[in-house]
Amino acid sequence: MKFAVLVFPGSNCDIDMLKAVEDVVRQPVDYVWHTATDLSDYDAILVPGGFSYGDYLRCGAIARFAPVMAEVRKAAEKGKFILGVCNGFQILTEAGLLPGALIRNNSLKFRCHPVDLRVENAGTAFTNDYEKGEVVRIPIAHGEGNFYCDDETLARLKANNQIVFRYAGENPNGSVDNIAGICNEAGNVVGMMPHPERAVSDLLGSADGARMFKSALQAFVSQAASAR
Amino acid sequence: MKATVYVTIKENVLDPQGNAVQGSLHTMGFEEVGKVRIGKYMELQLDTNDRAKAEERVKAMCEKLLANTVIEDYRFELEG
Repeated sequence: MKFAVLVFPGSNCDIDMLKAVEDVVRQPVDYVWHTATDLSDYDAILVPGGFSYGDYLRCGAIARFAPVMAEVRKAAEKGKFILGVCNGFQILTEAGLLPGALIRNNSLKFRCHPVDLRVENAGTAFTNDYEKGEVVRIPIAHGEGNFYCDDETLARLKANNQIVFRYAGENPNGSVDNIAGICNEAGNVVGMMPHPERAVSDLLGSADGARMFKSALQAFVSQAASAR
Repeated sequence: MKATVYVTIKENVLDPQGNAVQGSLHTMGFEEVGKVRIGKYMELQLDTNDRAKAEERVKAMCEKLLANTVIEDYRFELEG
């Protein structure tokens, strides 16, 4: 299984993301620059955190028009696995690959600490290694992670089981319905504010995030087996 | 031609910055201040004299990039 970690000017979690893939699932993984125009080699595309293009205008607003994003859209349509973390989540919402938007934390503070998350959907390509209802500990680090969508969209997210993670304890940013992560209708595109790549070893305070990478590998293996 | 674009957070979307500024103004004694909403102001120099065309193009810019219509409203003025 081949992973791509996208790199935009201003990405800063790209190295952690690449190392997480190497250390957890030991699969080939490349950095892919934002100017790339072909992602057809990759089975999973990881959009890392950071401050792409300085977060000018809005978080993710400019990155969403980078050449590589047309390829991400194609990959999403083909059912390939796409994970956006933090700024990556913001980019995926700006691109319309996921619904809603991320606005300023209601505290106006940059919140950087571990949080407890409840796994609400253990059926996605990135969460099949968890149990539904399980509480996992993964750190957040964001100033604009307040997920917003209108009531109609929220009802649709609930009806389609698109809420992947909710904050299990205090809501750190004011997000609608305590949402920490969502997926698209098909379940192959996941976006979340917490950083699983920063929780891949007990030495880092938690290894709970590692299972997201294992999930992707398991999903890929079972997809390949059923295609055979 | 010059386009002036105003982007504001939708009425039903929380504006934490506006709330913080409102609180600060109240603390300073400006009790008459009701709701505060913070938005963006942009000036765009356009290399065209065709008003109808400019109108259409600036609208496209707003829809695509300058505003995120999930959370923001926009309006613009053309002059020159």
